[in-house]
Amino acid sequence: MSRFAIHEYDVLVVGAGGAGLRAAIEAAAEEASVGIVCKSLLGKAHTVMAEGGVAAALSNVDDRDNWRVHFADTMRGGQYLNQPLMAELHARESPDRVRELEAWGALFDRTDDGRVLQRNFGGHQYPRLAHVGDRTGLEMIRTLQDHGIHQGIDVHMECTVLRLLKDGDRVVGAFAYERETGRFLVFRAKATVLATGGTGRAYRITSNSWEYTGDGHALAYEAGAELIDMEFVQFHPTGMIWPPSVRGILVTEGVRGEGGVLLNSEGERFMFEDIPELYRDSTADSPDEGWRYTQGDRDARRPPELLTRDHVARCILREVREGRGSPHGGAFLDIAWIRDKLPDGEAHIKRKLPSMYHQFKELADIDITQEAMEVGPTTHYVMGGVRVDSESQMSTSVPGLFAAGECGGGLHGANRLGGNSLSDLLVFGQRAGEYAAAFAADHPHGEIAEEAVEQAEREALAPLERTDGESPYALQEELEEAMQDLVGIVRSEKDMERGLEKVLELHERTRGVSAEGNRQYNPGWHTALDLPCLLVVSEAVTRAALLRKESRGAQFREDFPEKHAEFASVNSVVRKGASGEMEVRHVPVPELTAEQKQIIEEMG
Amino acid sequence: MAEVRFMIWRGDADRGEFQDYDTEITEGMVVLDAVHQIQAESAPDLAVRWNCKAGKCGSCSAEVNGNPRLMCMTRMSDLPFEAPITVEPIKAFPLVKDLVTDVSWNFEMKKRIKPFRPRPPDAEDGTWRFDQVDADRVQEFRKCIECFLCQNVCHVLREHHLHDEFIGPRYLVNVAALEMHPLDTENRLSELRSDQGIGYCNITKCCTKVCPEHITITDNAIIPLKERVVDEFYDPFRKLIRLVKR
Repeated sequence: MSRFAIHEYDVLVVGAGGAGLRAAIEAAAEEASVGIVCKSLLGKAHTVMAEGGVAAALSNVDDRDNWRVHFADTMRGGQYLNQPLMAELHARESPDRVRELEAWGALFDRTDDGRVLQRNFGGHQYPRLAHVGDRTGLEMIRTLQDHGIHQGIDVHMECTVLRLLKDGDRVVGAFAYERETGRFLVFRAKATVLATGGTGRAYRITSNSWEYTGDGHALAYEAGAELIDMEFVQFHPTGMIWPPSVRGILVTEGVRGEGGVLLNSEGERFMFEDIPELYRDSTADSPDEGWRYTQGDRDARRPPELLTRDHVARCILREVREGRGSPHGGAFLDIAWIRDKLPDGEAHIKRKLPSMYHQFKELADIDITQEAMEVGPTTHYVMGGVRVDSESQMSTSVPGLFAAGECGGGLHGANRLGGNSLSDLLVFGQRAGEYAAAFAADHPHGEIAEEAVEQAEREALAPLERTDGESPYALQEELEEAMQDLVGIVRSEKDMERGLEKVLELHERTRGVSAEGNRQYNPGWHTALDLPCLLVVSEAVTRAALLRKESRGAQFREDFPEKHAEFASVNSVVRKGASGEMEVRHVPVPELTAEQKQIIEEMG
Repeated sequence: MAEVRFMIWRGDADRGEFQDYDTEITEGMVVLDAVHQIQAESAPDLAVRWNCKAGKCGSCSAEVNGNPRLMCMTRMSDLPFEAPITVEPIKAFPLVKDLVTDVSWNFEMKKRIKPFRPRPPDAEDGTWRFDQVDADRVQEFRKCIECFLCQNVCHVLREHHLHDEFIGPRYLVNVAALEMHPLDTENRLSELRSDQGIGYCNITKCCTKVCPEHITITDNAIIPLKERVVDEFYDPFRKLIRLVKR
């Protein structure tokens, strides 16, 4: 092992987006020695792309809001498959986490009386999203970064973890490579927090950056952890669809929150035509009421464009399938129309949605203050993740391993509300950091077996040593196509069985890929090493989706288009079986407490 | 649409050269798409740093036909196809490989800036009150995506290599964001004048011109900071007061 550079920490954090940085800051505040590893440069993680805002019941804009309403909204959005304690802690603690960011220098937009401004978002009953125009994620990550670099945390940039190292059942370290040199590193850690984000790169059309290859999900799975709710992949209804090279890039829900409307090729606001029963009472019944809602009228109900993301995505697909789509196979999202309503409409749009204005102007030659955007669904978020204890974020089956943010599972149930991911990563990043530091204080370093490290090294180098194997880029593309077409927004047993077959076949073929060139900053090699993670995640999504023979939340199955009572209160759990095969089963959703039950009865 | 020739810099810290690649350009492609396509078709180990592909993370800075740009925001349709399109790494930092440079110096500079220190909370619940207009001016600076294109074109760094004496426009914007933050109480003027080297900037505005976020770096950040430094250290009246105090 002396061949490798060895770094020793009380707490190792894998991933430096919002959740990882928040966890690292908390662990350092608890006096733990902390190392943080990030695949990119610091401050560039996928959190920078979050646009709309961070959900927290600060009740600055509407004093009827409080944690109970936020809890009820989150549970309703998740179709009651959420881990109830996580949803409660999230709703209770997110206001403090947002206020804390302000104390660290974040500059949120203000109300007229100088407090943090909050905006409307899909599924949230009151204006709840603290925001900075439409670049909230950048503000958050920069705040955490600028605060974090003064807390004595070691940062390993452009470094990718390939394997978790164990001592018995417990995770005691990690094996990684440095992108720049291709050198391997060994981390010894008393506790490890996974905060690697999501899995969107398994799909062809995605809003996710290249890093989102499900590393944390796969590392945890291989180390014996359980994954929960993996069938639930969120397809955001509004991604860019034209030109082809920008397909998938996110168009924030904030556009609809500011009054943007969805239109089909016949100019109809089709969202009014299909309003789910669960939301009928809280949805506007006229365009005028919807507009008043976006402008802060407390008596108005929300426009149907702000229904949950799964529903809006399917309505757009329906319009396209029935021949009323936009020229490039989507729908029109029009914010320019508000110029008729507001005297300074054009300036208002630019002020409220500056990066959307910029993005469309530069990438699509479209001025959103003058014309409608063309949008369609894009793979955005995975609700599923490492199954963790709701309070501590420690894996239910692997001691010493914690997970937070998108890579952790349980908060969002069958579907996530917009704005709840930025609050998720703050609340549970903080908790993971706190409990990981406590775990580290109670446990000595474990032993790392030399053989495990050497085996990891051999496997990592194999693609470079092969000369006539397949291209890792080609395999990734095949996987993206298969998942997009067969395990996408509209699913069926027949398609998914084919998808599974394809994933398993690609698993085999991945063992034979080769990467040209040497170890120094070699993207072909990196892609070869990302592939196994993507394949684990894809298999988990497919198997969990096959087991849930119903449509609920983000999962829509055309062979089972309705909800079924049998699946109403079970979560899927995936783990690696004794023989190495992936196993999936259902477990009951935890019981609600009396207080939670009462809240849901009142407002659910 | 068209087959286009690229000349992409390949090499490492020791040696390198432009290599030719031909690839098919289709509607709407940006330079980063073309680089990825070349990677998948014929140069699998071509090193390029990128992340969001939406102009939000600031990873894919490079010089396209000599112009410092984010590759993900540079549309192929805005470039002439008659001559080969050159893509090379930014110049103010050491080359790692191909289009990737070692930008770690920037992260060291950031650490040198004194952190945010807010005034005591205005309200009993521990929160503050300030107006949107006071946030606006700082929010402009906080749009920065840390792509380092401004550092790349700053002659103090690019030509004179004064990395030890000057923190560069990116970090002057960073200091400005803190100094003008409505809640901040720290004073950073002494370091600005000394080891952060604000005096080296002779306001040629090259940084402002290349900023993909259109931050008015020179006029709104650097010049006001220079004025504060001058007021603090070179105002004869203040000098007198300091002498008397001593």
